[in-house]
Amino acid sequence: MPAKLQIPPPTLLQLFMAFARIGLTSFGGGLSGWLLREFVETRQWIGREEFLNGLAVAQALPGINVTNMSIWIGYRLHGTIGSVIGVLGILLPATTLIILLGILFGTLTDVGPVQVALVGAAAAAVGLPMHLGVTMVLHLRRQVLPVAIMVISFLAVVWLHVPLLWVVIGLGSVSVTLEWVRLRRGKP
Amino acid sequence: MKDVLWDLAAVFGPLSFGTIGGGSSAIADIHYQVVEVHSWLDETQFVEAFAVSRLAPGPGSLFVALLGWEIAGLPGALVATLALFLPTALMMYGVAAIWSRYRGATFLNAMELGLRPIAAGLILAAVFVLLQSLNGGWAARGLAFVSAAVLMRTRINPILLILSGAGLFLIYDTVLA
Repeated sequence: MPAKLQIPPPTLLQLFMAFARIGLTSFGGGLSGWLLREFVETRQWIGREEFLNGLAVAQALPGINVTNMSIWIGYRLHGTIGSVIGVLGILLPATTLIILLGILFGTLTDVGPVQVALVGAAAAAVGLPMHLGVTMVLHLRRQVLPVAIMVISFLAVVWLHVPLLWVVIGLGSVSVTLEWVRLRRGKP
Repeated sequence: MKDVLWDLAAVFGPLSFGTIGGGSSAIADIHYQVVEVHSWLDETQFVEAFAVSRLAPGPGSLFVALLGWEIAGLPGALVATLALFLPTALMMYGVAAIWSRYRGATFLNAMELGLRPIAAGLILAAVFVLLQSLNGGWAARGLAFVSAAVLMRTRINPILLILSGAGLFLIYDTVLA
């Protein structure tokens, strides 16, 4: 077994810069993959096991996965202040950039071709959640219960306009309880 | 102005807990609140902001920063972003702090599995709403389906795909004009 390398923990500035870099360079989602590469593989600031534990929690809890992960990693490395720096690093620079982009496109929308291009861009962009949606449906367990819960949550939001919070709390508690019972019985 | 900021916080704060499996799950409800209930933006502004947010790097949920900006300038952007991110961030912080006690707990697995079908339903709702918001008729909707198919089959960079969509529509528009 190779000797474990002792990597010194990053300073707060290094931590901020690492998160900022990911926030500014990762396009098209999948940021958690970038975090794995940067923090576990390249810099080796945190172990793979610890990272994956965090990812499971980040995905299970509500909240944006990547922000949840930045809190997790930040906390592991520098406690409370680390988690604050992590979130700020991932959000602050990227927020500034997106607003600048918005202003840029906002001043250009009166130009005919820009508007046409934006419609095309928007149409292609809708493909992203569509792809995600199809992937999620395909990975759902082929049983009545998960499918029914999916259909009900779709209809509740689109048709009945039930506030999202109530969908997640109401339907979520039913669904999570049923899964818990299933796991307790040791079903796969 | 103060009222708008308060409304923004009241709309986006509760939505924070609806962002399961990523921010896209909240889009249908965000659309309903921003376009239909409060009439802060129209369909076109909404879907264009969505397009810009997918072109920008970083978490896709910064979409709400852009919406906040268009609704109430810089304070709007700050309030909308904080409202959407802060509540769940605090929750995650709490779990990170007490994690060692609950390592590998069944209820975490149950939570992940149980929330999955809801997240799927919510993403489909987002797609449904976005397809309705697209102007550009069936050509635009068709392009959305093609784009999804390309994403399923290839490992294309999404930015390239979105830029191609823009290019295709420019060509389509020039040829028809």
